[in-house]
Amino acid sequence: MIMAVDPIEQFQIEKLFPVVKIGGTEIVFTNSAAFMLAAVLGLTIFLVGATARRGLVPSRLQSAAEISYEFVASTVRSTAGSEGMKFFPFVFSIFMFVLTLNMIGLIPYSFTVTSHIIVTAALALTVFFTVLIYGFIRNGLHFFNLFVPKGVPIYILPLIVAIEILSFVSRPISHSVRLFANMLAGHITLQVFASFIILLGTGLGVVGWIGGVLPFLMVVLLFALETLVAFLQAYVFAILTCIYLNDAIHPGH
Amino acid sequence: MADGTRGKGNRKEPPDDEAALSARLQRLGKRLAQANRPSENGSGPRQTADLSAIARGFRLSTELVAGVLVGAAIGWLLDRWLGISPWGLIVFLLLGFAAGVLNVMRAAGILRDRHLNDQ
Repeated sequence: MIMAVDPIEQFQIEKLFPVVKIGGTEIVFTNSAAFMLAAVLGLTIFLVGATARRGLVPSRLQSAAEISYEFVASTVRSTAGSEGMKFFPFVFSIFMFVLTLNMIGLIPYSFTVTSHIIVTAALALTVFFTVLIYGFIRNGLHFFNLFVPKGVPIYILPLIVAIEILSFVSRPISHSVRLFANMLAGHITLQVFASFIILLGTGLGVVGWIGGVLPFLMVVLLFALETLVAFLQAYVFAILTCIYLNDAIHPGH
Repeated sequence: MADGTRGKGNRKEPPDDEAALSARLQRLGKRLAQANRPSENGSGPRQTADLSAIARGFRLSTELVAGVLVGAAIGWLLDRWLGISPWGLIVFLLLGFAAGVLNVMRAAGILRDRHLNDQ
């Protein structure tokens, strides 16, 4: 009679339809891909629609687009300098993509793409390799200055360089895990508290439904917190991208 | 403040005092500009300071864990490839821990002060 709610079930990947088969691997259009596609399409419609009729007095849609532009642009400028603005399209895409996915994930019955580490790891690795490749193209071997801090005695230098390299390599891990773990933990917490209401109601009848008000209040509060976290984590992801890009632009500053 | 009152007391050589004061003001301005530059140029702490405490704490803990994990992974792989078990794991786990601590200090903005002293 009492149905236990599985809090992990919401993260299940479902195959919608197969796209192509390469060798023995079947590439399938999943619900995750569907939500990513929806996010990209929604963003495109939003931005194209907002810039279609550019008025001196902006419409509501246009000012929303302008606010998001200004927000990301000031973040990039303050962290990576004006030279970092050449990466603005990259950072803006990442920020809007992650933010949209996080926000879509908050809608009940939807799927949270960013709660899968493979997605966040792919994004973080893209940033990592962008920093690596652009750093070498722009600075050549001077890029290694990043691993050699100034004013370190020579006898301790090999140790410091090894530690700096490890610290550099560990970046994509902390970068991706932070977003993934925040979304995962938040959604599990929401699901668990929401299931308390159902369990109390079906288990204890009227008393249970009255008692269920408490976890319901908790869910409402948690939902507000999760909305904040969804925005904050997208922002943190973008700002860390800027900080890492700053290292590629100014190594060993 | 002290300089100002002293300047008023010794009225005999106001040009000298004023020159010294303006020189000191200039130096102070330069040092302030220097002190402010790194935070504008971004090593993070200024931006992350207004985040919620949970997000901050979580960020610091992932930084530490990431360093240790990378060190352990590299050490383990070296052990397997070079057959030097367990030395790779031991050395790189310790190095990874140090890298994690370095990450945390960077993220918390403690290391920013070192840049000031260098300049």
